[in-house]
Amino acid sequence: MEINGLLMDLKDNVVTCVTVVPAGEPVVYRRGDQLCSLTAAEEIPYCHKIALADLEEGDQVIKYGELIGRTTEPVGKGHWVSHNNIYSVPRDYESEMVTADS
Amino acid sequence: MEFWGYKRKEGRAGIRNHVLILPACACGSESARIVASQVRGAVNIVFNTGCSDVAANTAMSQKILTGFACNPNVYGVVIIGLGCETVPHMELRKKIQSMTSKPVVSFGIQDEGGTLKTIEKAVRAARDMAAQAAMQQKELCHISELLLGIECGGSDATSGIASNPAVGELSDLLVDLGASTVMSESIEWIGGEHVLARRAATPEIHNQIIQVCKDYEEHLKAAGQDCRAGQPTPGNKAGGLSTLDEKSLGCIRKGGTRPIVEVVAQAERPTRSGAIVMDTAGYDISSVTSMVAGGCNAVIFTTGRGTPTGNAIVPVLKVTANGLTFQKMEDNMDVDLSGIIKGTKTFRECGKELLAVMEDVCNGKLTKAEAYGFSDIAVDHVCRFV
Repeated sequence: MEINGLLMDLKDNVVTCVTVVPAGEPVVYRRGDQLCSLTAAEEIPYCHKIALADLEEGDQVIKYGELIGRTTEPVGKGHWVSHNNIYSVPRDYESEMVTADS
Repeated sequence: MEFWGYKRKEGRAGIRNHVLILPACACGSESARIVASQVRGAVNIVFNTGCSDVAANTAMSQKILTGFACNPNVYGVVIIGLGCETVPHMELRKKIQSMTSKPVVSFGIQDEGGTLKTIEKAVRAARDMAAQAAMQQKELCHISELLLGIECGGSDATSGIASNPAVGELSDLLVDLGASTVMSESIEWIGGEHVLARRAATPEIHNQIIQVCKDYEEHLKAAGQDCRAGQPTPGNKAGGLSTLDEKSLGCIRKGGTRPIVEVVAQAERPTRSGAIVMDTAGYDISSVTSMVAGGCNAVIFTTGRGTPTGNAIVPVLKVTANGLTFQKMEDNMDVDLSGIIKGTKTFRECGKELLAVMEDVCNGKLTKAEAYGFSDIAVDHVCRFV
């Protein structure tokens, strides 16, 4: 099976599709040494993300092992994750500051 | 590693030897364009400010103009002012002359009696300067003379996944060889600033990185604006980048992994060697403008959706990992990195290949934007670009 999705970090709950994936077609990606697959529940455009699990409204979306946003509505496994259903969470800069000995 | 470049009395070596026709204000831009078109070896920029402006904007304009004049790729400068600009051309000339020993002359359109008379004098000055510039021999320069600006624009999901990591690898290789690199676009650290700050060489630099992002958001908020409204751009969203955070986490990978030794303000010249970051807008043309004013003698530029942009003073090398974009815009793209996405190459292999390409560019190979003579510029201002 040809790989058409890229998982950037083991913690991620989305995969980036590197081809257009029509609804009902598989997204094949590597998780470490394992080859994994899930079915696209709707068409996923080139370069766009597919949800690896059912996400509730307000759930964290993780790519590169980091928070990229939260969902504005429930997004089912295999569905398209995009600017239409996730939003950026404001930063807490003060908590990121370090002291000389930390 | 070494390259054949133009040694300067002050600062780094040039990889080009341009005569720069520099407008002191917008009103000098058209004359500057005509002068540059008459003289081989001359380049011009189009300037859209320099008059009727608040002090902070004037200060930024002056930083850009003096920074361009002092850029190592510039042999000499012919300034064309109007006469009533905020900072008169004579003052700009004196300021530049206090910063560099390269030849600088200036003309004012009102004093000369109109554009034709100004152009005549300026062409003669530029012609003589270009004749002298052509006599300067290239010398072997150590790679530490390279200050590479690292930029991304027209990003899509392939940028963060492939082309930015490949350029990050190039940055690491260059830093290990003794060269310096500048990664800018601080608004595109937001959401990934905690990851970027882990590369800081000291706790002070760590906090400076966080502070730059905090200040950027607050600056826009004070003007009633939200950085997340302009970022990601509609093109980014169509290319699969859904939030500023997702874009940033991909963007910061182009700076590589080496310790960050300095955080510099927009258009400011770094004082340290190694991996440096600069506080600039994410707007690519403005960011490149600022890095060139800060003394970068070359720029590498990753793109996903494709862009033609170029700079008059430094070569801009365009790379993409989006295979469709490379096919569609091959006339504007220099290097195809799509093998990373296809799985036929690793980003590390591509980083090594980019090092060889950069060596060629340093030795004089024209990038596509450079061959076309593109001269984009955008000067950041109060209520910054995003």
